[in-house]
Amino acid sequence: MRSSVIVFPGSNCDRDIAVALEKMQFKNQMVWHKETSLPKTDLIVIPGGFSYGDYLRSGAIAGKSLIIDEVIKFAKNGCLILGICNGFQILTETGLLKGTLLRNKNLKFINKDVNIKVLNNKTQFTSKYRINQVLNINIAHNEGNYFTDSKHLQELKNDNLIAFKYCDNKGNTNLESNPNGALDNIAGIFNSKKNILGMMPHPERMVDKFISNDDGVNLFSSLLN
Amino acid sequence: MAKLFQLNLKKNKLKFSVTVTLKKDVLDPQGKVVENTLKSMGMGNLKSIRQGKFFEIEVDENDQKKAEEKVKVMCEKLLVNLIIEDFKITKLI
Repeated sequence: MRSSVIVFPGSNCDRDIAVALEKMQFKNQMVWHKETSLPKTDLIVIPGGFSYGDYLRSGAIAGKSLIIDEVIKFAKNGCLILGICNGFQILTETGLLKGTLLRNKNLKFINKDVNIKVLNNKTQFTSKYRINQVLNINIAHNEGNYFTDSKHLQELKNDNLIAFKYCDNKGNTNLESNPNGALDNIAGIFNSKKNILGMMPHPERMVDKFISNDDGVNLFSSLLN
Repeated sequence: MAKLFQLNLKKNKLKFSVTVTLKKDVLDPQGKVVENTLKSMGMGNLKSIRQGKFFEIEVDENDQKKAEEKVKVMCEKLLVNLIIEDFKITKLI
């Protein structure tokens, strides 16, 4: 399986995701944001970081970069797209995913391991997880407070497009287990065709038991399936 | 000659300000903190504060309508996230 990681000035999780992908036997390429064409690829990853120093709004400038036109084209043709953290913010700025990510409710940058649960395991990103499985995954962001209008929220619920929700270690989703104020504890969503996943938690940081845990491995092995 | 040139420059330039604010229903934690801080400084009659962004934009254009339309496109395409923000364009010069 071929993967491409898009690199912007200010991306800082691009190498982490590349290491994770290669460990999982993806044939990975890094693609600089000024490129105007993408190599043949089955998966495009928009990595975490602080593209363009979060100027204007997180992801706003990267969302207008040259390579993004290609990413949108690939997305429309069904290519798998994974946006992590700043990558999720960029995907909302391009319009590939609806909604937006506001500043964390407590106004603090949050870097900690949190619990999230899998809400839909019938997708190419999550098939190796069990439904309602609780994962312990790191988050590190200042703007992770997912927000969307009530019509889209209803669509997310009706069409099973919520990928992950913040929860406690028993899988309960409530105010206490919501780290950033995200609407309905949402930590990650799919587009309507489910070929695009945007998520604030960092699965690429969870692929090695000796460093953290391996709760993120199944996301990548689902993709390989 | 220099004066003429200056005049010309002035003629082809229209200046606008754009104010971007969070929509009414969107939580504005930064504004809230500023509000609370001002209140704790003794500004008792302060009612509320919403924080926003401000842009000054010069457009190389004579026609005010056209220029304003350009600024509007800039807002909608990049400066403003229409899901959560409102904007107001004001002509400065």
